[in-house]
Amino acid sequence: MTANPRKFILSVASALLLAAATQASAASSQADFRTAYAAAEAANGQAGALRNQWTATAAALAAAKKAADSGDFDQAVAASREAEALAKASILQATSEKTLWKNLEIR
Amino acid sequence: MRSAIHLAPAVVALTILGLAAPKLAALHAAETVDPAADARAFRNYFTGKFPKVKLEDFVNGPYSLNADMRRQWEEIEQFPPYEFSLDMGKEMFAKPFRNGKSYADCFPNQGIGIRQNYPYFDGNEGKVVTLELALNRCREANGEAPFSYVKDEMAALTAYMAFTSRGKPFDIKIPDDPRALAAYQNGKRYFYTRRGQLNFSCASCHVQEPGERIRAEVLAPALGILNAMPIYRSEWGGMGTVSRRFITCNIQTRGVPLDPQDDDYRDLEYYLSYVSNGLPISGPGARP
Repeated sequence: MTANPRKFILSVASALLLAAATQASAASSQADFRTAYAAAEAANGQAGALRNQWTATAAALAAAKKAADSGDFDQAVAASREAEALAKASILQATSEKTLWKNLEIR
Repeated sequence: MRSAIHLAPAVVALTILGLAAPKLAALHAAETVDPAADARAFRNYFTGKFPKVKLEDFVNGPYSLNADMRRQWEEIEQFPPYEFSLDMGKEMFAKPFRNGKSYADCFPNQGIGIRQNYPYFDGNEGKVVTLELALNRCREANGEAPFSYVKDEMAALTAYMAFTSRGKPFDIKIPDDPRALAAYQNGKRYFYTRRGQLNFSCASCHVQEPGERIRAEVLAPALGILNAMPIYRSEWGGMGTVSRRFITCNIQTRGVPLDPQDDDYRDLEYYLSYVSNGLPISGPGARP
């Protein structure tokens, strides 16, 4: 975490949103899918190690697999990237909450 | 664009959190673990927020905060939907295992009127033991297969045991053992930690918004929230245990839930029960 958690969270959240929203949708290959899917699975694995996976990530991974199985690699890559972005957001949440949870505590 | 829409709830929530965090953090810089002080603050928060609600009435969840729902519930209680489960639990509890022993042999006072003492911290194991866990351990120790932790038989057994404790105040102890204090603190951490795509903690609903509606439901206050367990929920169309409640809450925030009786859930139950010490057991309960 940086010295200023507000700036850090704002910048990472904005980057995640922009990255997911502006991914190019040029024709994708099976190899593109495999690369994107592996990255998403790795990020989701990290979230799992932090005990903070999201059901939305699992749904996006399943959608990616389904699209790839039907030969729609554009959709498969897009869903994989969405899954990766969601997983990264869940990692950010878990790491931020290691200290931020105390702010909600009744005292 | 679809990705952006899916990420929007989390990004907005994380952004709001980021804006609010520094000011709040400055308020709570020092950290000490003092369960008794926590319990006092917890109780004061809810009694201050709802000064017209009697302390012991918080165990009735949303019915303590909403007059219309309370009237309906009082009529429902004439023929309570948990009654079949309660009867089933009573029969199951009395029926001996194949080795001739029974649940009564596993618990203090033959298992009658003891629900208010669970969960407890087991010094030998170094972990929290819940009533559900103790029941399955009892079964396994007597050569029986464990039950599912979330409903059916487990809900029936805990319904019966809660019924025999009705009116008895929660009496959760934190022994002089750093591991017990750590378990309590871990439960508190879990309760206040935001999770899931919706970026909700348990406290987001049950501390910050009790009495308010989330869709058609009126949110229950966290104070006394476990006293009514297990519950019949109309939403479930059946009974559910504490395990089921925790798992469902996690899923509702779009988080992947833990396994039933995971250490974190056990610690969460320990924390939530402790801060409701002194409030009467009212289970089994009925909720929308």
